[in-house]
Amino acid sequence: MILLDRVSKSYSKKSDSTALERISLHIEPKEFVIIVGPSGAGKSTLLKLLTREEKPTTGKIIVGGIDYEHLKDKDVPRLRRRIGVVFQDFKLLPNKTVFENVAFALEIIGISTKEIKHTVPRVLDIVGLKGKEKSMPMELSGGERQRVAIARAIVRQPKILIADEPTGNLDPKHAWDVIRVLEKINRFGTTVLLTTHNQDIVNKLKRRVITIEGGKVTSDHSGGTYRA
Amino acid sequence: MRRKLTTLWRIFLGGTNNFVRNAWLSAAAMAVMIITLTIVLFSVIANATFSYTVQTIRDKIDISVYLKDDVTDTRRNGLITDLKKIQNVRAISYISKDQALKNYININKDNVDLQVAINQTDNPLPASLQIKLNDPDHIESIKTYLEKPEIKALQSDETSYSGDRKEAIDKIAKATSFIRKAGIVGVIIFAFISVLIIFNTIQMAIFNRRDELSIMRLLGAGKWYIRGPFLVESFLIGVSSAVVSIVMCNAVFSVANSTLNASSFGLLDITYASKYFAMHFWNIVGAQLLLGIIIGVGSSFVATQRYLRMKRK
Repeated sequence: MILLDRVSKSYSKKSDSTALERISLHIEPKEFVIIVGPSGAGKSTLLKLLTREEKPTTGKIIVGGIDYEHLKDKDVPRLRRRIGVVFQDFKLLPNKTVFENVAFALEIIGISTKEIKHTVPRVLDIVGLKGKEKSMPMELSGGERQRVAIARAIVRQPKILIADEPTGNLDPKHAWDVIRVLEKINRFGTTVLLTTHNQDIVNKLKRRVITIEGGKVTSDHSGGTYRA
Repeated sequence: MRRKLTTLWRIFLGGTNNFVRNAWLSAAAMAVMIITLTIVLFSVIANATFSYTVQTIRDKIDISVYLKDDVTDTRRNGLITDLKKIQNVRAISYISKDQALKNYININKDNVDLQVAINQTDNPLPASLQIKLNDPDHIESIKTYLEKPEIKALQSDETSYSGDRKEAIDKIAKATSFIRKAGIVGVIIFAFISVLIIFNTIQMAIFNRRDELSIMRLLGAGKWYIRGPFLVESFLIGVSSAVVSIVMCNAVFSVANSTLNASSFGLLDITYASKYFAMHFWNIVGAQLLLGIIIGVGSSFVATQRYLRMKRK
């Protein structure tokens, strides 16, 4: 599903600005992978490479059969439509209601209004936001906002869901709500890539844990734990 | 096809929603745009009015040829025919002795002493020919003709080339011509400054919402799907501003005409200005709408372009 082969990324030519150094990873379909590591270790850079917000300096990236080396700029939107992304700061559209935020993901791929009206309430139900359709993002709590972001990410039924510290701004209760939703989505067959700092979550989930430190993969264990 | 129409409809709806939901931002952009369009509109009308004033003054310049009482009708008609052959002559009107007297009495109707004096004498006023010209600055050919001895013999008095009046009229014409030119330059400068201001306002409005643009990009929205609603929003700002600007101008002219009963405001002849506004109303509406839309959509296009460039690293 996801293959990284000796991927490096540096933001300038100085050797100390290398964000990732010769990272090789292979993630199978339907896996639930947690990426951990201290701030500035390169976790976010890794995710940005997968969503093609950044290009690798060297190395090969293949996601869902798409080799990024041959991916043209005009095809980037099409790639992004196949990957669901959840951000730490939610990245909701402030002028759109909860329903419209989720519907937006479907609108851009040309789904009919009838189908949108049918699908969006179902997905909002999955993330536990039934009845909040008409609320504006400003009116929601952090946990609710994050669940809108998750609904938006999964409404297109992507094969891959990337969640970049989705619990970073949430209290423990809401953080676990979000994690439960991610687990549910994974059970439906979506590959989930989660980055987090939350030791408790990592240790209780008992999933594959990849540790990145100083731009390098320092450990990769199934049912792994995290010692911050 | 249906999918494309749906997309277009969604873009339009998105823009309309943004326009309503960002009411304060829309209002700010509209305020600047209304001022812009109103300044441009007023400058254009002022310019047209100055041109009209110059034309009116120049139209008043004519040549009066006073005829002796013994000039026969045949001789007079011959003279008119000859004068009409001169290129610069636009029209000739004949004012008989009786008509001249009537005109004189009419002009001086408030002066009782003069009325009495006139009634006690024979009509002392000569008949005359009033020659209107195409170009009051070039009267040489007419002058040469009128000064021929045989033509001179028909005239009772010195021909009036508007005398001192012409000099004064020339001065006014020169001044108004300068004002007119300054007006055109003013319109251009105002338009340019205003366009810069509105361009900046829209750019700032979009700068405030650059995060929205990047979120849409991250979700995989195409360039036009992201840009479209912003263009629609600016389009609506342009159209509403043009409408408000025209309504405002219309109100100003109505008030100036009816309530204040003013006929001029400084150098501006309001009667003509409002007549011009009414005469060219639909052209003005069209031009204002076009200008509003071009400035709005153009600024929005340039501003969004900056945030839609794909990162290449």
